[in-house]
Amino acid sequence: MVQLLNHIKLPAKIENLKKWTQSVLECAGAQKFEGKRIQEIELALEEALVNICHYSYPEKPGEVEINCKIDDSHFIVEMIDSGKPFDVTSLSDPDLTANIDERKMGGLGVFLIKKMVDEVRYRRENDQNILSLIIKKGKR
Amino acid sequence: MEIQTRKEKNAVIISVKGRIDALTAPEFEKNLSDFIAKDERIFLLNFSGLEYISSAGLRSILATSKKLKEIQGKILLAGLQGPVEEVFKISGFHSIFKIFDSEETALKEI
Repeated sequence: MVQLLNHIKLPAKIENLKKWTQSVLECAGAQKFEGKRIQEIELALEEALVNICHYSYPEKPGEVEINCKIDDSHFIVEMIDSGKPFDVTSLSDPDLTANIDERKMGGLGVFLIKKMVDEVRYRRENDQNILSLIIKKGKR
Repeated sequence: MEIQTRKEKNAVIISVKGRIDALTAPEFEKNLSDFIAKDERIFLLNFSGLEYISSAGLRSILATSKKLKEIQGKILLAGLQGPVEEVFKISGFHSIFKIFDSEETALKEI
């Protein structure tokens, strides 16, 4: 059974990063994750939110809603925006072997999201982007 | 984020404490750019007090390195630990930058 723990909705602005992070990390802390896992969740969250704030609403301002949920074995951070469709899971990974000249500036954030959590899910529903970061409970 | 800078040999040593995230990365990058504008070419970033870095911080370092390479400059890094070191490894930055255990060992390279 999925249980909603927390809910926060704020304008899609980078200035709100701290408020979102604080809200999600309070929930994650209550799940007794170890410090390293909390830091990984924090990084994945920042990368996902920065993407949404930068790309989702190119024309008019919008909002991002975050729901923290748990089921029997997972902690789930769900981010919902009503901006343009953007499936981060479809992006290819950066070339990690490239040197300084060849190394591209983009793609790093999404790559870090994928590495920091156990699973990233995206769906487009009712003209909304729904991005879920799924973290297994207990030790990794 | 707290930035302290000093000059030793011909290098600018930049010690960063706290966090380089999407909110603080622009200030960090500007700090580096300002030194480049003053004709500084060699930088040593001491990250021993850095607790957190996100892709915004990594991009600042990469952008600055690209800029420096064109003008025969370079960036060395020292003192990475914990989550910061982890992020450098995962992103492949560990292999494209010169990283030293401590500021002292990095300074010997300059």
